[in-house]
Amino acid sequence: MIHKFSMNGVNVVLDVFSGAVHVADDTMFDIVDTYENSSRDEVIKLFGDKYSADELNETMDELDELRKEEMLYAPDIYENAIDFVDARQPVVKALCLHIAHDCNLKCKYCFAEEGEYHGHRSLMSSKVGRAAIDFIIKNSGKRHNLEVDFFGGEPLMNFDVVKEIVEYARQQEKLYDKNFRFTITTNGVLLNDEILDYINKNMHNVVISLDGRKEINDMMRPRAGGQGSYDLIVPKFIKLAESRNQTDYYIRGTFTRHNLDFSKDVLHMADLGFKQISVEPVVGTPDTDYAIREEDVPAICEEYERLAAELYERHKKGGEGDFNFFHFNIDLTGGPCVIKRLVGCGSGTEYLSVTPEGELYPCHQFVGLEGFSMGNVFDGMNNFELREKFSKCNVYAKEECKNCWARFYCSGGCAANAYQLSGDILKPYEIGCELQRKRIECAIMIKAKEFQEEQLNNED
Amino acid sequence: MKHVKTMNTSMLKNTMAKGGCGECQTSCQSACKTSCTVANQACENR
Ligand code: SF4
Ligand code: SF4
Ligand code: SF4
Repeated sequence: MIHKFSMNGVNVVLDVFSGAVHVADDTMFDIVDTYENSSRDEVIKLFGDKYSADELNETMDELDELRKEEMLYAPDIYENAIDFVDARQPVVKALCLHIAHDCNLKCKYCFAEEGEYHGHRSLMSSKVGRAAIDFIIKNSGKRHNLEVDFFGGEPLMNFDVVKEIVEYARQQEKLYDKNFRFTITTNGVLLNDEILDYINKNMHNVVISLDGRKEINDMMRPRAGGQGSYDLIVPKFIKLAESRNQTDYYIRGTFTRHNLDFSKDVLHMADLGFKQISVEPVVGTPDTDYAIREEDVPAICEEYERLAAELYERHKKGGEGDFNFFHFNIDLTGGPCVIKRLVGCGSGTEYLSVTPEGELYPCHQFVGLEGFSMGNVFDGMNNFELREKFSKCNVYAKEECKNCWARFYCSGGCAANAYQLSGDILKPYEIGCELQRKRIECAIMIKAKEFQEEQLNNED
Repeated sequence: MKHVKTMNTSMLKNTMAKGGCGECQTSCQSACKTSCTVANQACENR
């Protein structure tokens, strides 16, 4: 299976099952899909008007060579890898701790219902937090690296408990030969120097939330009293990013149908000096005014192309204006093994969420949803049927993904979005897929342009 | 080659043999999280 696209003046041919990515001239780009299942004569008949027979034969010689080296038209040999995945001992290696089901912002698109998660406002106790640490250690088997994310609502509203949990985990990791990596996600409202210092000493990664331009951010992320949050948080975020040397953090935002020109928001953040930026489409049900609609997709795709072209230019220039856009980062030469690519996020199996009361859910987006409770941190997992269902939620279990060229880059999308929009974790959210595929193309385009440039430089 | 240049040589299938150890980071892809495209993740088993 191949996938080809042309963007920003470069022709890319992706061979899905080998993972090879080729930059093609127009001749090859035109004939590469036809030649997979057609004879030379047929190709010459079809394209003879446009190219000479010599040109076509020469191109097909090259295609034959790539085919021989299994870098083109490679077969799908990965469905068997799934058996291996199924046979794996289920272990838990990451927890999302809902430190506070409460929030001091009132973001309009919040899936957590402003922190309440279909429940009531509550804070996690350190007792529950410690039990969560015990739970992950006990259920992590031989895994050495364990992740704990402090999430909310807004975790800074219960920061003393965060510190207690970190301290406890640091003691326990020595006893059990584990290595904890902590992450915290915050809206910044309560951030101060003392907290920042603690975060920099203890957190492997920090996620801070801003939607971009002031008017956009303040429209979607108002404070409790209705006033905007931008002026309060931006100076703190700049300080945070600088104090972490512009790495191991990122500033993330959400775009909605109210700002389909979101590349401006991304560039706004870049111009504020942020280097690690992630801005993503909101996922909302069609009854909301901000949800992305099918008719918005072409405009968003164009916007992604514009952003990718700009990012390529900024990479090239380097210095001040350069930045990383999370979704356009891609590693074509290494990256994860194919098994990881098939299983994706691991929600409900390797990754679980813990509510303030200690209840377990498949991930933060399932918290509070009817039928998705999986047990609790004191007594352990009890919903094995649900775990089984999630453990089988891989690329080859989904009809759409099985035929999708992007499967090894996307790994089957988000189960929670799938459930939210289609009622089935195995049925991907169509708009999300279209945008995901576009982002992957953009990411590859940037690499392809850089590659082309290198080639040119080498020729000189 | 004249009509095509290949950008990468490492092949997906070579990662099958020793893969799946699970030491790498989880990779939530939703908008609200430490989200990332799986293809950008680092492998911890090399
Ligand atoms: S650490 Fe590497 S080999 Fe192990 S599961 Fe992750 S990507 Fe695969
Ligand atoms: S883009 Fe959609 S169909 Fe393709 S792999 Fe991802 S979730 Fe599956
Ligand atoms: S199901 Fe979606 S939100 Fe939950 S961990 Fe996976 S990618 Fe993230």
